[in-house]
Amino acid sequence: MFFYRKPKPWQGREADVTPRALYINRRQIMAAGGAAAVTGLVGCGGAETEASTSAATAASSTAAAREPAPASGGLQYAETGYSVPDPLTPIDAVTGYNNFYEFGVDKSDPARHAHEMSVDPWSIEVDGHAGRTGRFALEDVVDFGALEERIYRLRCVEAWSMVIPWIGVPLASVLQQFEPTADARYVAFETYLDRREMRGTRFPVLDWPYVEGLRMDEAMNELAFLAVGLYGDVLPNQNGAPVRLVVPWKYGYKSIKSITRISFVSQQPETAWNKAAPNEYGFYSNVNPNRAHPRWSQQTERVIGGNLFNRRETEMFNGYSEQVAHLYAGMDLIENH
Amino acid sequence: MAKSAILRSFGRHWLKPLTFWLLALPGLWLGWQWAMLLNGQPHALGFNPIETTHRFLGDTALRILLISLAVTPFRDITRWLPITKVRRRIGLAAFWYALLHVAAYLGLDLLIAANMSIAGMFAGLWEDVAKRIYITLGMAAFVGLIPLAITSFNAMVRWLGARRWQQLHWAIYPIAILAVLHHGFMEKGNQPMPWIHGGILALLLGYRLVRSARNRSRPNPAAS
Repeated sequence: MFFYRKPKPWQGREADVTPRALYINRRQIMAAGGAAAVTGLVGCGGAETEASTSAATAASSTAAAREPAPASGGLQYAETGYSVPDPLTPIDAVTGYNNFYEFGVDKSDPARHAHEMSVDPWSIEVDGHAGRTGRFALEDVVDFGALEERIYRLRCVEAWSMVIPWIGVPLASVLQQFEPTADARYVAFETYLDRREMRGTRFPVLDWPYVEGLRMDEAMNELAFLAVGLYGDVLPNQNGAPVRLVVPWKYGYKSIKSITRISFVSQQPETAWNKAAPNEYGFYSNVNPNRAHPRWSQQTERVIGGNLFNRRETEMFNGYSEQVAHLYAGMDLIENH
Repeated sequence: MAKSAILRSFGRHWLKPLTFWLLALPGLWLGWQWAMLLNGQPHALGFNPIETTHRFLGDTALRILLISLAVTPFRDITRWLPITKVRRRIGLAAFWYALLHVAAYLGLDLLIAANMSIAGMFAGLWEDVAKRIYITLGMAAFVGLIPLAITSFNAMVRWLGARRWQQLHWAIYPIAILAVLHHGFMEKGNQPMPWIHGGILALLLGYRLVRSARNRSRPNPAAS
């Protein structure tokens, strides 16, 4: 299980030859067809068949509506000044070396199995202390006409790092549309959970579903970002499709993937890794070279795709002190790790 | 008759060299992949070759150790005695992979983190062993393997005497437990693989407990 498998020629190449609106829904259409075949076989209820077929059709039309230029397969976005001087991590590493335990604990498992997750249509449940709550389609949560690119450093708690060009929208702009009230002191997020589509969740590696959270002022910080794409294209499933958080000054596991729920809450929410090992993973989880993980040092990091025989010095707040240090003024960041 | 003759010939002439090469194979594969990597060729070490190397060597050492513990139950169940001729070399292979595992940790992690300073490497080692429980456990397992490896030669067996040699080599049981714990405490979250290794080890140790209890209850055991 620790062998790296070279990507098959068909992996990640469909975009080159097939309009996105077509291939993104091929799975749903096939699933609907499969459902039709099964229901036909057992001869019970044409209604179910009809329902799944129409769901597939609806899915195709929403995807088509979302894509202004389906022929290119890419996303339309504006460039921003958010960048770092370090070289970008090659896309095959960004999409082939992932921690997404819902698909298995090996780094190559998500790239192998995440395609089993259906991400279109996608909706997000919004609840808690906010003016607008309920279930919203992804297109109503993220303004696909206002996408921007941000090149951020990603620092994993396992002491490796990447530099990734994300496409998305500022988290603040998304949260504000739901009109959070004064009681909303924290925002909690939840990852999609389906035991059939996410084979890693059949074993209790963590207490599924994966949950994360931010203090409201952290969530409203200019750096907090909701990504729907990377390297100019929609997020591959293994990177948290169709929508994920990116908080670059915190360890990677705070940047929760495949979000299905956003809750505005008054108490500090539970977070998945904190529940699993509170002494190792705190609520804040800010990148901090001075606070060692109980099982390894956090002073340096291995740059994925970089020189094997060199390690990068890890920076406080992953190098984003200027933008975020004020959030933690007066706090003991070893105690509040 | 013909079948047992083939089996006997296999046990006499082929078993030892075949075992040797099977045990060497993972190491040869890893060396080959590193040669490809350093020459800029496509390789199978993934995007984090150092992590892959640590895991590959650690898994290989632990799994070979478990295989060495499976030899005796295999012999008892199949009554194919020649298999015990390769038990020692299987155990010794576990030591060699553990040694490579430790060397990779020293050379590819600690030495690089200490900017190629040997003193820094040992300082890092001491800090890790003192502070980090999974490294404490792993290092204890490795240190425990050293006397067993040193006494794995025929001359040492003769020098110690069979009885004392066997008593010394019972240390493999606690060492195997330490090795599985080392793996379990290293992983993030509650991962399946340490449970699988631990389950297999529990079966292998449980077998020995049951066998010794049975032997004690039967004062005059048969030839088995």
